[in-house]
Amino acid sequence: MSDIALDEQMTALPERAEAIRRGGAADTRFRMLTLAAAIIVVGIFAGVITSLTIGAMPAIKAFGWSFFTSDAWNPVTEKFGALASIYGTVVTSIIAMVIAVPVGIGIAIFLTEICPRPLRRPVGIAIELLAGIPSIIYGIWGLFVFAPWFQEHVQTWIVDSLVDVPYLGTIFGGPPYGIGTFTAALILSIMVLPFISAVTRDVFETIPPVFKEAAYGLGCTTWEVMWRVVLPFARTGVVGGAMLALGRALGETMAVTFVIGNAHHIQSSLFAPGTTISATIANEFTEAVGEIYLSSLIELGLILFFITFVVLAAAQLMLRALESRAGGAA
Amino acid sequence: MKNQARIARRKFTNRMFLALSVAAAAFGLVWLAFILGELFYNGFAALSPAIFTEMTPAPGSPGGLANAIFGSVVMSLVAVLGGTPLGILAGTYLAEYGRYGRLAFFIRFVNDILLSAPSIVIGLFVYEIIVFSPPDSSLLKVCRASLGDYCPVGHFSGVAGAVALMVIVIPVVVRTTENMLLLVPNGLREAAAALGAPRSNVIRIVTWRAARAGIVTGVLLAIARISGETAPLLFTALNNQFMSKNLAQPIASLPVVIFNYAMGPYEDLHALAWAGALIITAAVLTLSILARLLENKRS
Repeated sequence: MSDIALDEQMTALPERAEAIRRGGAADTRFRMLTLAAAIIVVGIFAGVITSLTIGAMPAIKAFGWSFFTSDAWNPVTEKFGALASIYGTVVTSIIAMVIAVPVGIGIAIFLTEICPRPLRRPVGIAIELLAGIPSIIYGIWGLFVFAPWFQEHVQTWIVDSLVDVPYLGTIFGGPPYGIGTFTAALILSIMVLPFISAVTRDVFETIPPVFKEAAYGLGCTTWEVMWRVVLPFARTGVVGGAMLALGRALGETMAVTFVIGNAHHIQSSLFAPGTTISATIANEFTEAVGEIYLSSLIELGLILFFITFVVLAAAQLMLRALESRAGGAA
Repeated sequence: MKNQARIARRKFTNRMFLALSVAAAAFGLVWLAFILGELFYNGFAALSPAIFTEMTPAPGSPGGLANAIFGSVVMSLVAVLGGTPLGILAGTYLAEYGRYGRLAFFIRFVNDILLSAPSIVIGLFVYEIIVFSPPDSSLLKVCRASLGDYCPVGHFSGVAGAVALMVIVIPVVVRTTENMLLLVPNGLREAAAALGAPRSNVIRIVTWRAARAGIVTGVLLAIARISGETAPLLFTALNNQFMSKNLAQPIASLPVVIFNYAMGPYEDLHALAWAGALIITAAVLTLSILARLLENKRS
């Protein structure tokens, strides 16, 4: 080592220290910038809850808990209750899930077990496309195409054949309008189908092949392997996917608004027009006059946000648990 | 004998359920074909050059959707330009700094809730913070005094619509950015750090670049998501029968025009609604295909 080289290093030292210090300061600034952006996301969330609560205050003060138990909806006398809307939201979502969960699982089984390999990707993409179509397209299609078709070819027939059957005759009775609670639920089920089938298929694919091979080795049929081995293994994921889909169904607005008929009554027939929380808001908000009317609609929004929050939070915790399990296994 | 009957029954059950799952797939595909078929049939029948050049008409007179298309494009553009940087930064925090920390867990949770929150609730939120304003509020007075006609607060406006769409864009971008950054191998970060690069440079020069295609995919998906959103625009941007280039005023958008026209009783407006629906779907499908191509290129 010559002295000259050492000298050069010595003179470079302060510069280098300066560069490192500068780098450190830039690091801190950048870190704070990203943290601030992340905090803004939380701020939006808090803002949604706060602003809706403030907006809903006049209605909360005026009606209290009776808002949840009354199905009155009268802008003239300014008497508002959320029951009909909540009922419609819950009923349409439940029917949608009853249809979509088995069908979604069936599609996942088809894609992982039955479908010829070259077709798997295109069929998978086509099913996922159902989730990509904007809800307003479902709405306009539901109103102009599906509802008239359903009324003419399915509804009339169901009403006629069930008219004398107790219970069923009431649930599927009344004049066949085409639009109504059941039509909305059916369209919802098509919309949420991809959420269930995609999550289910992904979970099916995480199952170690040795489980299936062992079951086949014992002489199980494909269905027995799916029902006794794969589905129990994938249970958390399937339920998580279904909850995610339920969260979508509960909050879906446009597709429902077009076809549900906007009637604030709770009726025994599923074919009768009804309403949901989101449909009520979409239909009436811009025309709402008066503080109480507007504030009642905002309280409806707050209730919807709360319901979907609970469902989505449950979905997330389930899928998270699954993710960490998959990570642990790998 | 008993055993054989048992096997026959099991085989039958197997066939039945497998047939049912084929039927399930057919069920999904038939609806897709039904929806797209009707959409193309009715949409193309109504499509004409006038759609892109004329303004939205009153019932009975000819017209197009030019102002609605313009409004949709402008609001989406503002939403994406505003939401993307914020989303990328927040996603970067989650993937690069927060990772397994408690704060990151909480932010991730909140973001995923926002991601699937009903969009109509987002509309109500923006209505509350921008459109609705007590007439005596000081914010409103300051805004009116300084901006005059360009003050977007206190009434329906394009700004409010863009902000609502932005609130929808942000969680999508956060989620995809985080996922894509987590896919970047740690070796890359370590190599850059070993060369003496500060953390912020490692992120900006190495990891962002490595994850670029994925992040762009996320932005494309976010645009696809908002281009069909109706609910959050209904009571933020409202509607406008004329071409408005002032974002502080109510502005038309394709989804809202489709909603209004389809819910009305006029046949000629129904046709315009179908044409609008076709345009939106074409845009969404193009964006999804682009996103998929990018994704394939990456892997």
